Amino acid sequence: MFLHLFIVNKSGGLIHHRSLSSKAPKLGTNEWLRIGSTFHSLYAIANEASPVKLPGNKKNGADDGIEEIQADGMTLNCFQTRTGLKFVITAEPNTTAAVDLGQILREIYMLYTDCCLKDPFYELEMPIRCELFTQGVENLIQKYSRIR
Amino acid sequence: MSRTPVNILDRPLGGRGSRAETQVSLSAFSYLYSELVQYHQNRVDSISELERRLESSGYDVGLKILELITYRNREYKREIRLMNILHFVSTQVWKAVFGKPADSLERSVENTDEFMIIDYEPLTSTFCSVPADFGQLSADGYMSGIVAGVLDGAGFSARVTAHSVALEEGEANNNNTNTSSSSGGAQSGNNGSLLPPRKEKAVFLVKFSPEVLERDAAMDR
Repeated sequence: MFLHLFIVNKSGGLIHHRSLSSKAPKLGTNEWLRIGSTFHSLYAIANEASPVKLPGNKKNGADDGIEEIQADGMTLNCFQTRTGLKFVITAEPNTTAAVDLGQILREIYMLYTDCCLKDPFYELEMPIRCELFTQGVENLIQKYSRIR
Repeated sequence: MSRTPVNILDRPLGGRGSRAETQVSLSAFSYLYSELVQYHQNRVDSISELERRLESSGYDVGLKILELITYRNREYKREIRLMNILHFVSTQVWKAVFGKPADSLERSVENTDEFMIIDYEPLTSTFCSVPADFGQLSADGYMSGIVAGVLDGAGFSARVTAHSVALEEGEANNNNTNTSSSSGGAQSGNNGSLLPPRKEKAVFLVKFSPEVLERDAAMDR
């Protein structure tokens, strides 16, 4: 079961968040804003702390931060794009056996590029309010929930 | 004269050649259109002004496209009848500009001087989500401008407006697949299935000036 999705822009601001099931923790937008920016900082710290740099990766590479966190109660997957946008999804630990969370994040990224970046009414780095995007994510999550 | 290979940047966007050469990817168009809308949006005070500006940017395209299509089709005949020009717009113009014919052409029941061209998947609003505070704005003003330009260029002056109308229950756009392939966007073609289905269709309301209708009626006599 998926829990929550949030998207953090390159300066650590939360631009989108939504719960994906009824099991998701009930937190207000302010809490999610805090979580988003905290995660952003942790990602940067992990990036600095990483003892091994991937070949060809410069100091602020996109590959060295937090990709996955596994815990008893949940699992978290993060996908950072080349422009520093982070897509983060949390799910129950058993979810990863059936579906690839990274794949879902890449598909959400695809929806983002289609529905938000090509939408004349969307401003970069600002909160996402595109109806098409919300609906697309909804359909995607339903599709993957049926697979399980 | 030796024929040196033509630099890819110097090649014409349209013109003769294979079909692929005459098409522009949907993504490229969408980014450009999105910039056009944003450009105008920053320079207007009201929604209706934005619509008017979009229409006027389409108008010049319409005038030119009429010239271009008649030249390319080797059809130097000038349409003089009302229904013929409307048919020309909803098939030939639509095909040349949007890669598919319009979905239907209807005559208004209430007003005899009004016609409707209906497109279930208007190209310009493929990726648009009009915010709620923009009210009745239709992002397809550019397309209605093109229609107005073609009609005006052909001597049928008309006021054309674009409206987004919610699809009724069961009113499905069954040509979903062939539109995305014909509009040429590689990205939208296969992965387009990720996009949620459209909830609105675009209705282009064509209201002819009285003298055009008078002229057409006179030809029936």
